[in-house]
Amino acid sequence: MPFQKLADQVKAPTIEEVGIYINGIFVRAPQEFTVLQAARANGFEIPTLCYHRDLPSEGHCRLCVVEIGEAPRTRLVNSCTYPVEKGLKVQTHSDKVMQARRIVLELLMARAPAAELIKELAAEHGIHETRFHIDDPQERCILCGLCVRTCKEIVGVSAISMANRTPEKQVATPFKEASEACIGCGSCAFICPTNVIPYTEKDGVRTIWGRNFELQACKVCGNYIEPKAQLEHWAQLTGDPVETFFVCRDCR
Amino acid sequence: MPKIESIDHLTEYRRKLKASRDPKQPTVLVCGGPGCLPLGSEEVAEAFKGALAEKGLDGKVILKTCGCQGLCAKGVKVLIRPEEIAYQKVTTQDVPEIVEQTLVGGAVVDRLVYQDPATGDLCAHKGEVPFYKGQDPMVLRKLDLVDPESLDDYLSVGGYRTLRKVLFSMTPDEVIDQVERSGLRGRGGGGFPTGRKWRICREEEGAVKFIICNGDEGDPGAFMDRAVMEGDPHAVIEGMIVGAYAIGASQGYIYVRHEYPLAVKRLRLAIDQAREFGFLGNNILRSKFSFDLKISQGAGAFVCGEETALMASIEGFIGEPSPRPPYPAQAGLFGLPTIINNVETWANVPEIINLGPEWYAAQGTEASKGTKVFSLVGAVNNTGLVEVPMGTTLRQIIFDLGGGLHNGHPFKAVQTGGPSGGCIPEQFLELPVDYDSLQQVGSIMGSGGMIVMDNTSCMVDVARYFIGFLHAESCGKCTPCREGLTQLKYLYEEITNGRGEMEHLTLMEDLCQAMASASICGLGQSAVNPVRSTLKYFRHEYEAHIKDKKCPALVCRPLLKYTIDPETCTGCLACVRECPVGAISGVKKEAQEIDQEICIKCGLCYETCQFDAVVRE
Repeated sequence: MPFQKLADQVKAPTIEEVGIYINGIFVRAPQEFTVLQAARANGFEIPTLCYHRDLPSEGHCRLCVVEIGEAPRTRLVNSCTYPVEKGLKVQTHSDKVMQARRIVLELLMARAPAAELIKELAAEHGIHETRFHIDDPQERCILCGLCVRTCKEIVGVSAISMANRTPEKQVATPFKEASEACIGCGSCAFICPTNVIPYTEKDGVRTIWGRNFELQACKVCGNYIEPKAQLEHWAQLTGDPVETFFVCRDCR
Repeated sequence: MPKIESIDHLTEYRRKLKASRDPKQPTVLVCGGPGCLPLGSEEVAEAFKGALAEKGLDGKVILKTCGCQGLCAKGVKVLIRPEEIAYQKVTTQDVPEIVEQTLVGGAVVDRLVYQDPATGDLCAHKGEVPFYKGQDPMVLRKLDLVDPESLDDYLSVGGYRTLRKVLFSMTPDEVIDQVERSGLRGRGGGGFPTGRKWRICREEEGAVKFIICNGDEGDPGAFMDRAVMEGDPHAVIEGMIVGAYAIGASQGYIYVRHEYPLAVKRLRLAIDQAREFGFLGNNILRSKFSFDLKISQGAGAFVCGEETALMASIEGFIGEPSPRPPYPAQAGLFGLPTIINNVETWANVPEIINLGPEWYAAQGTEASKGTKVFSLVGAVNNTGLVEVPMGTTLRQIIFDLGGGLHNGHPFKAVQTGGPSGGCIPEQFLELPVDYDSLQQVGSIMGSGGMIVMDNTSCMVDVARYFIGFLHAESCGKCTPCREGLTQLKYLYEEITNGRGEMEHLTLMEDLCQAMASASICGLGQSAVNPVRSTLKYFRHEYEAHIKDKKCPALVCRPLLKYTIDPETCTGCLACVRECPVGAISGVKKEAQEIDQEICIKCGLCYETCQFDAVVRE
């Protein structure tokens, strides 16, 4: 949310640390850390699927849930968004947490039975098959939204987004038509943890999201660099003429 | 309409308004609420206009279309003031008689008044009707008093008195203090103490803050907020201005679902009127306080009633909830401190400040103060809007106000709090209705839906319906809610189609556990309530569906079986003619037989047979 960032900038940056308890062990973490960051910095492993350190966390997958508070008033929160606060008590592997994680994994196994990553993660949690109904045995998308966030935050074009609600939820271009906004960079396919975004490259043409992108060949070695549309996007961002980018990284 | 230039000007205007109105002047109030409007209240009002003119009464008798009068089952409702004669089921044909008998002759038209089914007594006056007797309305009080499109009407019943009091004699802290002391809790479902929320937001740094009214009422069968927005829009606006003053907001939004066009129209008109009058805009009533309001329309997503999704929707993003913290009071709309309250909460505010927090807190229970509006629907005689003090028992609401169940059927369950509420069985009828009691029996207050069910409802089917609704409306952002509801929906389809297994119930319980604890927002967390409550209180019905492959309430079609009793069947062939698939055969004048392989269980034979020879089980 860009507005959020604006509001954050108004506040002065701090380097203050707070003390929290993870699994009963007292650790210190910078005030602006999330529970996940604090845990990982101190060697506590929490599984994640939709988290990426370079992207804003939105808490889609709910695999990173941890239990906070003290009995009997505890609750599960996603560690990737929950900020550390003084004296916070966190359990990363309590019964309640593990039960929720196992169900989440079982549900994802039923949703995306062909996703290898999910099978591996589930096996680590002692789950080898799901008790739930499998609709499409070929499905691999787990709707983690990494592709959508990458396209928006890193690439900056927002060519794809989440479309529809639960029954038809999917990642799609607007109206599922070839998107004018897409620059064919393939970042979405690169970030995808389950390799579900298909793209092909043949005879100097990359095909992704239903569109063909002509690839630019390097002026020096002749190898293909990137789609022309992507180089034009770079030119627009930097203000340099597009020809600046017609030489590949190796020949530069 | 003049722009109010000073407090004295407002006092003067109100005085003149009062002087120009005679409280004894006969007034006809035609209900224009959500229930009566489709039954023809506009035509009835038009008929009154004609009939009054015919008798030379136009000018002598005031005619108004007002907001919801509550007893929707008996619409179109007409109230004659000052006698408070309540007519029901009025059609255009009845109008000349009412004018002739009541307005000219001063008599009551007996056939149009409520008759108590228990005693047979006629209840001519509003106060005598049992439905109204048990109510003590605060939020709905003005609905059958004012014309919602007239600011003068609102002013004449003391409207914007609170605004004046707040702006010129109270500090923001005093306002928050009063709301805190009143014990008002959010009426949208969460039940968070309103005053505390305001204080958190007041103490947040930041020059720009927002106020939002949540009018995205999406529960099936609920129309409390709609009735208030349509019937008393100025009360919502006044409450919001007071709230804005308290937390220091300069801009507000009213988020209304676009399926409520009349509410949008009335609110828009009311905002324009308030702005013209100087109640909104720069330097309200010449004070130093400035505030203005905008309407934002929802696009039909149930999940946008969730506060963070609602704000995302106003910002122009997909209506998906976001994890908290940060809470809206800290970083809400556009990342700035925001107070978001439900329509009914806002409508409570003016009266709390006006009559004092002690007066308000005198009603209700220890932890739930004031009154609550419920939309009482389902298998109950007097469907409609009721407003009762917190702590009123379910029995009082359903049997005393609601007049019991349709056709004297036995009570089975009541679902409170909309689609994600729990189904409460008969053993809890004496339960006092407040936030905490409802939670203890596995349901929620929600925004105040109340669906009464009799023995013709199959509780498995009821849960299947609500899970289907929630599945269609879940945004699909987080795994437990999206996949959990998908699986629950599948399991319900299996069970109601006769393919259920006892292990499915374990799966359901596991799903409920994960969804309730690990979903991002209230939709997923509370979606388990209909499942858990029916599993707990009506487990035998699940078992009948699974083990015996039978639906005890005879609702789930795939589990029904139609046979013909050879002893009773006369062989008239009426059923044979009706059967759309030709499943019934036999010799004329002899007993017929249904081929179970062909039968699609449509039930036409059962309805057609005049000799009760078709057996349904």
